[in-house]
Amino acid sequence: MLVSVYRYNPETDREPYMQDVEVSLPEGKDLMVLDVLNLIKEKDQSLSYRRSCREGVCGSDGVNMNGKNGLACITPVSEVVTGGKLVVRPLPGLPVIRDLVVDMGVFYKQYQRIKPYLQNSTPAGGRERLQSPEDRAKLDGLYECILCACCSTSCPSFWWNPEKFVGPSGLLQAYRFLADSRDEATEERLAELDDPFSVFRCRGIMNCVSVCPKGLNPTKAIGHIRDMLLSRAT
Amino acid sequence: MVTNVLNYGRSGVADWVVQRFSALILAAYTVVMVVWLAVNGGELTFAQWQGFMGQTWMRIFTLLTVLALAGHAWIGLWTVATDYMKKGAIRVAFLGSVAISLFVYVVWAISILWGF
Repeated sequence: MLVSVYRYNPETDREPYMQDVEVSLPEGKDLMVLDVLNLIKEKDQSLSYRRSCREGVCGSDGVNMNGKNGLACITPVSEVVTGGKLVVRPLPGLPVIRDLVVDMGVFYKQYQRIKPYLQNSTPAGGRERLQSPEDRAKLDGLYECILCACCSTSCPSFWWNPEKFVGPSGLLQAYRFLADSRDEATEERLAELDDPFSVFRCRGIMNCVSVCPKGLNPTKAIGHIRDMLLSRAT
Repeated sequence: MVTNVLNYGRSGVADWVVQRFSALILAAYTVVMVVWLAVNGGELTFAQWQGFMGQTWMRIFTLLTVLALAGHAWIGLWTVATDYMKKGAIRVAFLGSVAISLFVYVVWAISILWGF
């Protein structure tokens, strides 16, 4: 199979280029894209990419495969390859450090901005803060995010304003704490988001939903935040 | 919180509500116009047209629609400009000409509707 990989080493290359590599796949086995990258790396040690758990839990190997973002480790080759060719590029919209490794700084900055931790100044009664099963259920579909950045880097609004628009991943996390019955900072959190960029740059095109490797729905969470902002303002 | 001096509302919720509310007015005006033209459109005379547009309710409705259009266009174009125009000077020049054009349209509409 022909694999076209994005290559860029700022120390030696003047500009990025696509490198075509012929990879022989084992018969009767559907490899994951990460396995294919490993096969290429066996021959060419200079190829750089991030990977760790190789089972879709750590979120390190988010890449763009034949035009769609996803985790290389849990994406079967058969699912993305069209016309016998696999094209692997780094996640779009972030600065490339080398080959498939991108600088996630601005992505983490937006995550930090939404204060992704429980804020509660009331002393906990007993050993821990209790939550009813119903309240706990509100966090399902929110807490599972692994911060792989597949969603935010597939979002045009995040491409154009990464410093101002929080992005689907950050907003999913923002709602995870807004929806938490144990969090007391709802008002402060909403005040921080009520500007024309942070939430409202979302135009609802749902690229985030279509690429999320964990099957989460940031657009829905953003809708909930918008509802909360609206009822706060009226 | 992220703000921008050229955004008059400085609140995402306010912009969002204005955008939707003005869209409803624009849609209602479009329906009224299309229905009236469908009923009277065959051989439309100037007297008919002036009689329709000259009624007080239609003058008020038209002015409301022009104001809604100005608000809607401003929020929409401000959003587009802050997405795609990365050079501040170009963006300010573009938004300045949009603001002046919209102001002229509003004043012109008042002048047409109330004829002074």
